[in-house]
Amino acid sequence: MFTLFMLLAPFSIQAEYGDIVLNKQAEKKDMRPVIFPHWFHRIRYNCKVCHSELGFKMRAGDNIVRMSDIIEGKFCGMCHNNQIAWGADRCELCHTGKPGLQSGIIGGNSTGGPGRW
Amino acid sequence: MVSKSHNSSWSKFVRCLSTSMLVVAAASPVPTWADDWMPLVKDGLHDQENTALKQLQNPAEALSKLPPDTSGNLVNWVKAIEQGKINPRTNIYPDTKIKVLDRNQPPDVLMKNTGELPMVRFPHKQHSELLDCSNCHEALFKSKAGTTPGFNMFTILQGEFCGRCHGAVAFPLTECNRCHNEPRTLSGKAAKAN
Repeated sequence: MFTLFMLLAPFSIQAEYGDIVLNKQAEKKDMRPVIFPHWFHRIRYNCKVCHSELGFKMRAGDNIVRMSDIIEGKFCGMCHNNQIAWGADRCELCHTGKPGLQSGIIGGNSTGGPGRW
Repeated sequence: MVSKSHNSSWSKFVRCLSTSMLVVAAASPVPTWADDWMPLVKDGLHDQENTALKQLQNPAEALSKLPPDTSGNLVNWVKAIEQGKINPRTNIYPDTKIKVLDRNQPPDVLMKNTGELPMVRFPHKQHSELLDCSNCHEALFKSKAGTTPGFNMFTILQGEFCGRCHGAVAFPLTECNRCHNEPRTLSGKAAKAN
């Protein structure tokens, strides 16, 4: 379903390659979906920092990140804690997605072919 | 020869046309030739009604300063690190072990079962600069060359193995010759030495 959505929307979504939409719970709790930009974080951190040290799985949809985790300092909260980056009280800086976005990775698989993305 | 009266109405027409084209281009979400990176408010993903969006950096501001590439983010990330344009942090926890491998240990993995295409040489060095061993081993790839089950181009295109990253966050799988660049000899061995 998501693949079909991606195939049909090549011209309406021109987001950056590698942007991740996190919307497993956000909209259910009346928040905008979260958009995670890989490019911004890659400039500052190696892949292994998040995908080995912080425990993020390398597959969009495999990670369950709750606000309680973030506030406790896990996942995003390791840095988004008002010391390294903005804190969890700045809702609107992470919850920036349009309503109705499906979780997944945007801009991946430029072929738009049969790949899982 | 064009008379003066034709000149002024023609130039008016050209001005009107170019202004309206600019207006349409500025308002449309389809990237024009000048927009390598779409601003966040126009990318169709971020909610334009979120006033906090203007506090976030637009991709063009950061990415235009990095070595260019022809796919993905249009940035050559490996070159960006080699040239010192970016200096991404390697670890947060102080006792995390960093293992960057050079060309010889383990040796680059040569994959010969590529039909008639040039063979694939997998370089550990560039990958280990960014990734941890556990990111790939053993869940994605077995350490022993040739023992990873189901590893072929079809599954790669489905997002498994190399396709886990290539096509998602690293250069996409449309860039065939970036991997398939080891010339094939009659014996199937690499034409040039490591």
